[in-house]
Amino acid sequence: MRARVETALITAGALALAFALFGLFLLANRLNPLEVYAILWLGGFGTSFSLQATLTQAAPLMLTALCVAIPARAGLLVIGGEGALVAGGVCAVLAGVAAAGLPAAVGTALVCAAGAAAGGAWIAMAGALKHLRGVNETISTLLLNYIAIALLNHLVSGPIRDHAVSLKVTSWSIPQPYMVDAIPGIGVHWGLALGVLACLAAYVLLRYSVPGFAIAVLGGNARAAQLVGLPIGRLTLLACGLGGAAAGLAGAVEIVAVHGAASGSLVVGFGYAGILVAFLARQNPLAIVFFAFLVGGISASGGLMQRRFDMPDAATQVLQGMIFLCVLGSNALYGRVRMFRVARAGA
Amino acid sequence: MAGSSFDSRRRFLNEAGRFASAAGLAAAWPALVRAQGKPTTVGFLYTGVRQDYGWNQAHTVAARQIGKLSGVKVLEQENVPETAEAEKVMESMIRLDGARVLFPTSFGYWPFILKIARRYPEVLFVHAGGLWKEGDPANTIGYRGYMEEPHYLCGIAAGRMSKTGKIGFIGAKPLYFIFNNCNGFVLGARSVNPKATCQVVITGDWNNPVKEAEAVNSMVDQGVDVIVGNCDSPKVVIETAERRGVYSCGYHTDLSALAPKGFLTGAEWNWGKGAEFVRAWQTKGSYPNLLRGGFKRDMVKLSPFGKAVPQAVRAEVLKARQAFADDSLALYHGPLRDNEGNMVLTAGQRIDNEDNKYKLGVKFLVEGAIGKTGLAR
Repeated sequence: MRARVETALITAGALALAFALFGLFLLANRLNPLEVYAILWLGGFGTSFSLQATLTQAAPLMLTALCVAIPARAGLLVIGGEGALVAGGVCAVLAGVAAAGLPAAVGTALVCAAGAAAGGAWIAMAGALKHLRGVNETISTLLLNYIAIALLNHLVSGPIRDHAVSLKVTSWSIPQPYMVDAIPGIGVHWGLALGVLACLAAYVLLRYSVPGFAIAVLGGNARAAQLVGLPIGRLTLLACGLGGAAAGLAGAVEIVAVHGAASGSLVVGFGYAGILVAFLARQNPLAIVFFAFLVGGISASGGLMQRRFDMPDAATQVLQGMIFLCVLGSNALYGRVRMFRVARAGA
Repeated sequence: MAGSSFDSRRRFLNEAGRFASAAGLAAAWPALVRAQGKPTTVGFLYTGVRQDYGWNQAHTVAARQIGKLSGVKVLEQENVPETAEAEKVMESMIRLDGARVLFPTSFGYWPFILKIARRYPEVLFVHAGGLWKEGDPANTIGYRGYMEEPHYLCGIAAGRMSKTGKIGFIGAKPLYFIFNNCNGFVLGARSVNPKATCQVVITGDWNNPVKEAEAVNSMVDQGVDVIVGNCDSPKVVIETAERRGVYSCGYHTDLSALAPKGFLTGAEWNWGKGAEFVRAWQTKGSYPNLLRGGFKRDMVKLSPFGKAVPQAVRAEVLKARQAFADDSLALYHGPLRDNEGNMVLTAGQRIDNEDNKYKLGVKFLVEGAIGKTGLAR
């Protein structure tokens, strides 16, 4: 229990520090931080419309954060959510086009499954390289992002381009019946429900299942896991595959709920923002739901901040970057705060 | 360094806006007095950045003009993609900022405007592009200028200034308005130099600086000495032409600063016309849902002449502008052949400058243009 309070307090402290630093940045740009934060609140959380926008942003973040959090449990630092999302989105479109004519629900499910499978395979590649050849998974997943985006650009500007759309470079569209509407009443697409469910499932899997426990053992000490006879390779692939599948699903959801076709619009940084969310949540799938909401709100308010203060679009990214640095820095504090240290010794 | 050039560009835009809005303000005074009170919030959405030396900058000039109207507050958002995000940004402007007039300035925003316009009848949506058709919501407007007219004027300047009699046109896409602009440019040049020819290159992209620069270089190598570029931002075209020591004409907005030596003049939109829609909405006045026009309706402008252009040529260009304004000059009139030798218009045939149906159907390049439309026949 004390450990949880410690986590909550240190994370809150890191967030407060980030906001204070961003305040200095605003002052340096001759803006009143309090006014800016008031607008950030208004644009992210202050009205029902803002909440809608925030939840819409949060939905893919939950899934891309899982792409970091699940492999992290196995001791792997995967930052390939962006690439897995793109791979998922492209394969979702291919599946949707190839499987036209099915009943709507079946088609949608198939499109989502294809996206998840593609994303899973994408990150599992990095897992396999890690296990078989010892390639650093952080570097390989980072580079795989660029490969995925390059493949997307190649495909949508040539092989799968919809030439009927002359003003925009975009792929063929999935059949209209496969598109999903918003969740009735709250005006946010079904990706939100999928994101929350995926986080819950990941929590249960990692905490209360045998494979989840095996993954945790692997993450705790790979050599020990090997000594007790755990299938290291399979567990590595499983953790990477599940994480990638979550990000791939995010890509598929962007297709079935938002765009209907693959294009550069898929590459908007959900994968990278997911890394921030996962670290804020300290890789805990339940905490991801909350922090996806927070980061989603910051993103959603970006446009309003730009309009009201004539700030560049990148300003909210400065804030996200500061949050990331402060949270990473705060990791050094664990076990060093006296009030928690006593409790630890007692426990 | 970067900061200071940003500042000077912004200052330049402010100046341009102030200059252009003075005339509009004077005419609108009575309506403005009535509109005093709570300011009307007007939102602008751009696909790219405002200082792009192209399409977005042309709209930024209009935003400055409209922001100068009394009782109006302008809000702007850059880098809004042509996706569902555009819908979200428009709704955010309406619901969080209280915007009552929106200028979603990119062509690709139109489907998203149609999606939400009926839900917000208290908001006027003004779209740059003549896509409005019967049955579309009454609170939407499409407007667009006939850029072929200022291209004709650029053509006159090009025809007079070219030493080789070879001019060049770089187009982005095989679309009717690009063909019209090209035809205007060629017809203008041949009106003063019947032997002039025009190399035509269609790059296929709105934004492909590499291809645009290659096109300029290859044209100059072939003796072309006046070039105009019809792409999202003709910055690279004009700068490359300047570096190669040839003349250039602008497109979208005033680009004279890019080529102090070789800039002749340029074809500009007058999106500031949108101020009239804002005033009409403020005062519950009437407005057209679809507005297309050239100089006669003050929908297009001509860039200031570069210092290379002598007085006699300027006078000739301005005379043709006046002829468009008072409708005594028709861009398309017979006898006219296309560049494959087919008779398009016989002697005495005259296409009215506001004949939208004809102009939207143009799929040919006129005689004198060297190149293909790229369309299947």
